[in-house]
Amino acid sequence: MQAIRIIGLGNVMRGDDAAGLLAARRLRQVVDDRVGVIEAEMAGVDLVELMKGARLAILIDAARSGQRPGTVHRLDASAGPVGVGMFPSSSHALGISEALELARVMGVLPETVIVYGIEVENTEAGHPLSPPVANALNVVVGRIVQECEACRA
Amino acid sequence: MAEETPKTRTIAVDMVARVEGEGALRVTVKGDTVHDVELRIFEPPRFFEAFLRGRHYEEVPDIVARICGICPVAYQMSAVHAIEQIFGLRVDGALRDLRRLLYCGEWIESHTLHVYLLQAPDFLGYESGIAMAKDHAAAVTRGLRLKKAGNAIMALLGGRSVHPVSVKVGGFSRVPLRRELEGLKDELLWARDAALETVRWVAGFDYPKFTPDYNYVALRHPDEYPLNEGQVVASSGLQLSVNEFEEHFAEHQVSYSTALHCTLQGSSYLVGPLARVNLNQEQLTPLAKQVLADCGIGLPLRNPFHGIIARSVEILYALEESLRLIARYEPPPVPAVPVVVRPGTGMACTEAPRGILYHRYQIDGDGIVREAKIVPPTSQNQSRLEQDLRLFMPRLLRLPDKEAALACERVIRCYDPCISCATHFLKLDITRVKE
Repeated sequence: MQAIRIIGLGNVMRGDDAAGLLAARRLRQVVDDRVGVIEAEMAGVDLVELMKGARLAILIDAARSGQRPGTVHRLDASAGPVGVGMFPSSSHALGISEALELARVMGVLPETVIVYGIEVENTEAGHPLSPPVANALNVVVGRIVQECEACRA
Repeated sequence: MAEETPKTRTIAVDMVARVEGEGALRVTVKGDTVHDVELRIFEPPRFFEAFLRGRHYEEVPDIVARICGICPVAYQMSAVHAIEQIFGLRVDGALRDLRRLLYCGEWIESHTLHVYLLQAPDFLGYESGIAMAKDHAAAVTRGLRLKKAGNAIMALLGGRSVHPVSVKVGGFSRVPLRRELEGLKDELLWARDAALETVRWVAGFDYPKFTPDYNYVALRHPDEYPLNEGQVVASSGLQLSVNEFEEHFAEHQVSYSTALHCTLQGSSYLVGPLARVNLNQEQLTPLAKQVLADCGIGLPLRNPFHGIIARSVEILYALEESLRLIARYEPPPVPAVPVVVRPGTGMACTEAPRGILYHRYQIDGDGIVREAKIVPPTSQNQSRLEQDLRLFMPRLLRLPDKEAALACERVIRCYDPCISCATHFLKLDITRVKE
C-alpha cells in the first residue's frame, strides 16, 4: 500500500453526499500510482484499516456545518480531533471524526491526516450534484494534487 | 375549565449518536405521563422503489446494493431471489453455498460493528466506542479484527468489501477458486474463537430488566439457520410462504415520518437477531448452544437489550457456517445459471442482519422492472420500537433531560435501526408539556 493515500467517502446516490467519492474518482485519473486512491463509499470504521500504514492520509467527505454550500474546509487531524458533528455519521458507518479518533486511540493514525470537507446543499436520494458543490469539487481536486506534490518534494 | 396554552419546553438534547441516518425522535411528556413517542425517519427504499421502475433486471442488484452501506448483500439477495422466482430459475449447489457464505460475511461485519463499537459502550458505561477503546483496547482490537474477517469474505466473493459488485441474477459474475476460499480459513478459525469470546464477554454485562411481550417474526428453514430462504413464521403461531407476505403484513403511513410502518395483522412485531435466535434455536450449532449454556443463558431471550447476545451468537454461527461452506466448496461448472427472461411477479424474503427484508418485483417480457416493492426490517420494527420507548420512558421521567435522552438512545440502539444508510444527523427532542 502507498505511503500517500487519498480516501473519498460518500454515497453516489445521495446528491451532494457523493462529493468526496467523486473527488477521489477524479483524483485517481490525475495522480500517479505512487499515490493510493480509494473510493471508500461509507467506510466508517473501516477507515481505520484503510489508513493503516500510510504516512499521509487525505480524506474527503461531505460536510454540514451550516456554512455556505460549496465551502471547502481543510482540517488537520494530525494533532487532535476535527470536525466533530460536521461529517456524516451513522450507526453502521462511524463518521470521519469518530474513525480518526478510534485510529488515534488504537495508535494507528498516520503521521499526517488532512480532512477536506465540502459543505453540502442537498443530499436527497437521486438528487444531482448541486452547482456550488460541483465547483468546490474542482477546487478540492486542485488543492489535493498540489498537496501530494508538496509532500513528495 | 380555562384552557391555558400549555407551556412547552423543547430541548434539543443531543444527536442520537451511532444510529443510522437522517431522522429524529420526539418524545412528548405531559406531567408524569409519556404522551407521545414519534420516531421520524427518512427511508431511502421509498426512493429506490421509484428509481427501479423502468430499469433492466440486470441493473437491479447493483442499484439496490446502494440502499444500504452496511447490508448491501441483503438487498442484493432479496432482489435476485425475487427475480429468479419470476424467471423460474433455481440456484443450487455451490452457487447457493457461495451466496450463503457472502451473507455470512455481511452478518459478521454488521453484527461485530454493532456489538463492539455501538452497543457495548452502553453496557460498560462509555459514551462512545472511542472512549471505550481507551480502557478496553484488547476487546476493541479483537472486534476490529473480527469485523475484518467478515470484510475478507465480502471482498473475495463480492469483489469489494463495501458495495459488492459480483452478485447477479442466476449467480455471480465470477466465482472464487478453491484455494482462494481456503486462504480465508486460518483467519476464520481465529475469528470463530474470537466470536466465542465475544459471547462470553457480552454475557457478563449488566442488563436492565425489561421484557415487553413481543411477537417475534423471522424466516425458518427445515435444514438450516435462515439466511436466504425459508417460511415466514411468528411466535404467535403464524406460518406462511413468502408469497403470502403482503396478505398478512401491511404498511401504513404515519403523519410524522416519511417511512412507512409495517404491521402484522394490525399489530407490531419484532424482527432481527432476537427473533431469529428465538424462532430458530434448534438450528444453532452445538458450539453455539454450548457456549450459551456455559454462560447460563437460556432461550428464548425476551429482553431487547439481550439483542447484543443474539448478535454475538449469530456472529459465532456465521463463522462456523462459513468454515463449513468453505470446507465443502467445489467450484460450480458455471458462475451463473443462464437466464431466460419471462414476464411476471416474484417476491423474496431474506434475513438481513436487522431482520427480514421483503422484495417484490414485476418484470415485463423485455426484462424491464415495472414495479418494485421493498419492505426493510427497520420499517417493520418501527412500531415495536416506539412501543418499547413508551414502556421504558416512565422509569426515566425523573431523570434530567440529558440522561433520559441517553437512556432512550440505548433503547433505540438495541434495534440497530438502519434509518437511512447514507447520511447524517439524527436529532433527539424531548418536549415536556407543563400543564
